[in-house]
Amino acid sequence: MSTVLSVSALAKRYGELDALQDVSFQAGAGELIAVVGPNGAGKTTLLSIIAGVQAPSAGSVSLGPGEAGSRVGWAPQQPAVYSKLSVAENLELFARLERVSDPPAAVARMLEQTGLGDRAREPVGRLSGGNRQRVNVALGLIGDPPVLALDEPSASLDPSQRERLWEFVAGRVAGGTTVVFSTHNVSEAQRYADRVLVLADGRLLFDGSAEALLELAGERAGGDLERALVRFLDEQTYPAGTP
Amino acid sequence: MRWLLRKDLLILGRSRLLLALLIVYPVAISLLIGFAISRSPSRPRVAIVDEAAPGETVKVGSQRVAVAAYARQLFNQVQAVEARSRSQAIAKVKSGAVLAAVVIPPNIAARVASDTEPAQVEVLYNGNALEQSLVQSTLNSALAQANLGFSAQIQQAAGTVLGSLLSGGKLGNIGAPENLIGLTQIPPTLGAIIARQPRGHDRTELERVDAFAGFAAQNLSLAKRVLSIIGQPIRVNSVLLHGRRTPLNTFAVVVAVAVSLMFVCVLLAAGGVALEREERALGRLVRGLVSREALLAEKTLLAAGCAFVIAFAMLAGIGAFVALDWSRVALWLVALAFGAVAFSALGVAIGALAREVRAASLLAFLLSLPLAFLALVPGGSVSGGFYDAISAISFVFPFKAALQALDAAVNGASPAIGASLVHLAVLAGVFGALARVGLRQVE
Repeated sequence: MSTVLSVSALAKRYGELDALQDVSFQAGAGELIAVVGPNGAGKTTLLSIIAGVQAPSAGSVSLGPGEAGSRVGWAPQQPAVYSKLSVAENLELFARLERVSDPPAAVARMLEQTGLGDRAREPVGRLSGGNRQRVNVALGLIGDPPVLALDEPSASLDPSQRERLWEFVAGRVAGGTTVVFSTHNVSEAQRYADRVLVLADGRLLFDGSAEALLELAGERAGGDLERALVRFLDEQTYPAGTP
Repeated sequence: MRWLLRKDLLILGRSRLLLALLIVYPVAISLLIGFAISRSPSRPRVAIVDEAAPGETVKVGSQRVAVAAYARQLFNQVQAVEARSRSQAIAKVKSGAVLAAVVIPPNIAARVASDTEPAQVEVLYNGNALEQSLVQSTLNSALAQANLGFSAQIQQAAGTVLGSLLSGGKLGNIGAPENLIGLTQIPPTLGAIIARQPRGHDRTELERVDAFAGFAAQNLSLAKRVLSIIGQPIRVNSVLLHGRRTPLNTFAVVVAVAVSLMFVCVLLAAGGVALEREERALGRLVRGLVSREALLAEKTLLAAGCAFVIAFAMLAGIGAFVALDWSRVALWLVALAFGAVAFSALGVAIGALAREVRAASLLAFLLSLPLAFLALVPGGSVSGGFYDAISAISFVFPFKAALQALDAAVNGASPAIGASLVHLAVLAGVFGALARVGLRQVE
């Protein structure tokens, strides 16, 4: 699998606070990577740096050699959409800004993939939370990026909306897009992700499959990843032998 | 930037209330100011109750000055409304039909002629503090003018009497003989008599009378000149050091346009930048799609463009009511463009710092209004230190510079437009840089 995303020794400081410290990993084409960890672990900071929204204090993010000139797609936790514009107008605007070669075709494709074709002329402000989140993700994908960063994409969705969102994301991953997403819902990571990155206090503590994390935490294969994560983080904070 | 501009225009077009406000505002303000300046009564409505007997005069020497002439002076200063009695005048004031009433008492002639009691007219008024102030200042000015005219007539009568005393002739009905010798004729007449007198006591006494007559004639001549001076001891000769004199009504137009330009620019620009944060689109935009500088430039351009059109429409609209010098229209456009860009730069700085549309709008409003008031405080109306502080504040914000640029463009007023344009350009740069700093943090 060719490497499309390379994160190397990434660090971010906010004054005295180290939000990220020496985070490195690589992602291959068509990989779906979950970033999990407690609140304040640095998940959003990591994804926003990967997406180019923030600059790192140290380290680098680079795309693979075949992706020169491309950008990482970005879908923040709260939908970043213009509520007074329609779905189609939002998509067209970002298609133009991403300098997509054929914006109308890209808009039509996205409307079809998101299943929002019949709501294309509706202002985004009138859509449900789930549909707004689909537009949010679609905007991240409109430039057909090799890598998509999703910050807690399913946080405000009900189960059926979440299901439809993951179907949509899975379709893109199957098409070769690499997706890095953060989540508090560990079962979601277990169910959909190829790899899990565990962040705590800005440091990358684990990089591997969900099965490997279960094994590391002493859980049986196919066991509860959430319990395994809690145990793993406890062990990292209070290693065996600590009183 | 083109697509962002298109997007913002689409959003603006869908904010119907804001759009309606942007269209209605300049039209309404133009009409209001136009009517206020061109149609307002320059003379307040005042009821005049003349209780003096018709044709009553004040006697000065051999002449009589009509009391009616005094009333006429007063009528010239106000829009006189007839009232037959004091009670009718009070009723008119209370009903609001007139701003005030002036009662000329029946004994005014006697009082004017008296050396002990000054003549008095009574002023009755009602209303709020603003109306009271308007009535007081207008009537004080009118009474001063009337007093001046009245004293000129008395001075003229007194001058005639003095002339007769000096030159002789008929003094009229003060009981003097018909062919009275004038003071100036006494010295030569008496000199001839003295020359024929032998030296001695009588001749010495006559010489003393002669000396007195000469001295009196000389000093009465001086008194006549003094009398003409005390009628209006100081006359005003106004000299404007720089530029042209700006008529108050066209200055009011410039102030109204500058205030409108400021509000539209600052509110639109601040709201536009804050909206990008509020919609959380800023992060999506600045990840290589649009630079922060381009984003700020687009918001500045949009706000300045809208405000420029609105302000010019206002000027043109007001021009239908007030005589504006259309040959200077190119200068108007330059001043409006520079002012709009500077105000918009202030707006984007506010928007970048405030982060929310409501907070940005509130901050923009709270900042703009006092700035406009401060820039209009005239020098000398407050203490020196306070005025220095006001001047410093006005210097670092664009309102005063924009007002001066517009005043220079529309009225040819001082200071020259070039300095104000440079000032506005510098301020636009400073506020643009501040906005860039404010936009550094995305979330």
